[in-house]
Amino acid sequence: MLIFCLKLIASQKFTDKRIGYLGAMLLLDERQDVHLLMTNCIKNDLNHSTQYVQGLALCTLGCMGSSEMCRDLAGEVEKLLKTSNSYLRKKAALCAVHVIRKVPELMEMFLPATRNLLNEKNHGVLHTSVVLLTEMCERSPDMLAHFRKVSLVPQLVRILKNLIMSGYSPEHDVSGISDPFLQVRILRLLRILGRNDDDSSEAMNDILAQVATNTETSKNVGNAILYETVLTIMDIKSESGLRVLAINILGRFLLNNDKNIRYVALTSLLKTVQTDHNAVQRHRSTIVDCLKDLDVSIKRRAMELSFALVNGNNVRGMMKELLYFLDSCEPEFKADCASGIFLAAEKYAPSKRWHIDTVMRVLTMAGSYVRDDAVPSLIQLITNSVEMHAYTVQRLYKAILGDYSQQPLVQVAAWCIGEYGDLLVSGQCEEEPPIQVTEDEVLDILESILISNMSASVTRGYALTAIMKLSTRFTCNVNRVKKVVSIYSSSIDVELQQRAVEYNALFKKYDHMRPALLERMPVMEKVTINGPTEIVQSNGETESAVLETKPPPSGLQPVSQASDLLDLLGGSDITPVIPTAPTSKPDSTGGELLDLLGDLNLTGSPVSAPVPQIAQPPFLLDGLPSQPLFSDIAAGIPSITAYNKNGLKIDFTFERSNTNPSVTLITIQASNSTELDMTDFVFQAAVPKTFQLQLLSPSSSVIPAFNSGTITQVIKVLNPQKQQLRMRIKLTYNHKGSAIQDLAEVNNFPSQSWQ
Amino acid sequence: MSPMLLFGPPSIRGSLVSSWASGSVPVVMYMAVTAFGHPIHFILLFSRQGKLRLQKWYTTLPDKEKKKIVREIVQIILSRNQKTSSFVDWKDLKLVYKRYASLYFCCAIEDQDNELLTLEIVHRYVELLDRYFGNVCELDIIFNFEKAYFILDEFIIGGEVQETSKRSAVKAIEDSDMLQETVEEYMNKPAF
Repeated sequence: MLIFCLKLIASQKFTDKRIGYLGAMLLLDERQDVHLLMTNCIKNDLNHSTQYVQGLALCTLGCMGSSEMCRDLAGEVEKLLKTSNSYLRKKAALCAVHVIRKVPELMEMFLPATRNLLNEKNHGVLHTSVVLLTEMCERSPDMLAHFRKVSLVPQLVRILKNLIMSGYSPEHDVSGISDPFLQVRILRLLRILGRNDDDSSEAMNDILAQVATNTETSKNVGNAILYETVLTIMDIKSESGLRVLAINILGRFLLNNDKNIRYVALTSLLKTVQTDHNAVQRHRSTIVDCLKDLDVSIKRRAMELSFALVNGNNVRGMMKELLYFLDSCEPEFKADCASGIFLAAEKYAPSKRWHIDTVMRVLTMAGSYVRDDAVPSLIQLITNSVEMHAYTVQRLYKAILGDYSQQPLVQVAAWCIGEYGDLLVSGQCEEEPPIQVTEDEVLDILESILISNMSASVTRGYALTAIMKLSTRFTCNVNRVKKVVSIYSSSIDVELQQRAVEYNALFKKYDHMRPALLERMPVMEKVTINGPTEIVQSNGETESAVLETKPPPSGLQPVSQASDLLDLLGGSDITPVIPTAPTSKPDSTGGELLDLLGDLNLTGSPVSAPVPQIAQPPFLLDGLPSQPLFSDIAAGIPSITAYNKNGLKIDFTFERSNTNPSVTLITIQASNSTELDMTDFVFQAAVPKTFQLQLLSPSSSVIPAFNSGTITQVIKVLNPQKQQLRMRIKLTYNHKGSAIQDLAEVNNFPSQSWQ
Repeated sequence: MSPMLLFGPPSIRGSLVSSWASGSVPVVMYMAVTAFGHPIHFILLFSRQGKLRLQKWYTTLPDKEKKKIVREIVQIILSRNQKTSSFVDWKDLKLVYKRYASLYFCCAIEDQDNELLTLEIVHRYVELLDRYFGNVCELDIIFNFEKAYFILDEFIIGGEVQETSKRSAVKAIEDSDMLQETVEEYMNKPAF
């Protein structure tokens, strides 16, 4: 069959050739060997006397030519690119584009032919030439620079202007607009030329403004041009007036009846919301209305955009809308929406009460869609809102009374009831009328959670621990708790069984320790993603004894992070370091806690106590000014690339102190060579026990794409024993919509950094 | 906008004119795009029962893969209702589709491409077909599929538009048609 195609192509009869080439394009592709046999036929036909035969050859080569074919025939294509026959010239241009895509090294040979491509009057040639120039400029910065130099921008501006100003041309008219296809392609090429280039951007400012204001918007074709114009304005170095104009166009798009136009507007606004935040804010209400659209893609974009627009001023109103959306949206949105609401609430909550209320609303509305990792952070939030404990536990209790199927909700509720059950029973709530609950009723519900088929294993763990804690908070029901605990010591679930056995032991052998161990949790320090850690003074109930060998899943975030690193580092020779702020810490508490830490066995059993600030022993801070004046040994120490994977590169540069030779200052620089930003970037490090480490605050949490910016962070390393520096690092960040985590070991420290 | 695009047996053409003239009929034109530059990746034409009438691929894929893609996309698009937009996010591409009478035209473009313009490209192709066939309908495409491909190849090469003038594109096809030998000439002319 395939050979037959070749026969047809090689035939003298035009009919045969036509069908043969069609067959080849449909049935063959570059992966088949017989494909190469076509090369000779095509070569002959490229030089045929009939232009339609040449056209067939050019078309076939341009659609499915393999790299070898392209290499062999590039010369012929180049020749045809210079012909005066516009029918062939336009096809040759697109064929050249295909050749470049297949064999980028051949791009150079087409450069001379491009010199007067744009002098053509024929629109087909103009269009394909613009496509060719676009391909070259996108692929090669040298080409881009070349075309900027040879005044391509003014030439394009002139052509575009003629198109707009010229009268009606029946041949190219589409609903009153002259050759929209060419206009859009020119706008796109202008975008590439104007990007990051002030001169080029300035040269096209006027024409962009003209197109933006004069294009007819009643039909899709006009909007297509406006859309491309907006994309160009936003991407080049345009003046602010033009940018505002562009965003207003998008705002008008949002009000358009045509769904496609709204879709396109939301997509573009999402791209510009970071850079032109205030301008986009003006259209906030329209965007929020789009949450009610019936089209799923429009809803998703509206949701993302809405989250991007939340700030301190509009948070109450926006949250109302978003909560309403959460309630009524499709399941595929609920998880993202819930996470977004939590994030926004954490950043902009006007009051603790509002924050807790919002969190609870999300839990009750979309409790089963909340991501598992939200549970620990919510628990932390609740713990830290000391004055709201009674209110919170009451509301959570009411929420799960009727229905305890939503696991995240139940987990948070169980934990709270365990902690604050006494407040619940004693009716201490101030914010709303307290409910009457007896201890038995509380234990009833916790037990039903334990028994229920709907409860996940993790949830059962929460419930059991909660019941246990209530043994110290409730006065009358200790026996009941004992009974429950002993029942579960023979549970099939290993996790539950272990807990139950330990709790049993607590009752039997360590009853004197029970009250101390089950004391109220102190307020946890917030290890926020970036920025200085907040040191929250514990409210007098500091009890940092080990609760149990297995840490409860009650999300002691800082410890779990430390223990993660520990686990990964897998040995007792590594000390985890939690990033600390360089601000002053309460040294007294630091000292005590450090002693405690020293007594505890850190291997494999991470401390469940609140993470202490690892107070630095005096000599690290002494004698060093806050702006460390490190000596110029820095000049001598070579920097290293500590990590380079998936577009993320981290470099270490070193400085040694003149005054204290055991101190090394490492400055890390994280850069991102991919096309998308990396957000929520967190850098953690661990060193062998003989070292000490202090991580200062990073410059930001976002690494912009295309190496256009870096995050810097300073690490102070104390190495009194002058041992070889080793480090394990853990990186977490968000990229392309997914959370990424990676561990690495850095072993290539130059000897001058530690000797 | 000439209500020329009627796909369907002659008997129902009358009603189709009005339906086309009144609103936008979604046409599914599938175009595929590559990484640099933004060509169309592929174009699919299929009926409302999911029968494929035309497929043009501008990327290299194994046959099995193509079949799988076609099945998947046909299903996605046929299940969309009137109230949704003409754009579907699919893998890392975007599908731009529109229905003209009984045929869906579907194009796969790249994420950053101009969807609105792609709708115009689809529409232009339909206009070219209509100009060539005169009041084109699905049957024309079925029985003259090679002509549909020829017309497409005069409009798009390698996933990029080559000719923006309706007149020129159709004239090229008609001139090529003239070059085709008559039956008698065909029988008499030597092949080599």
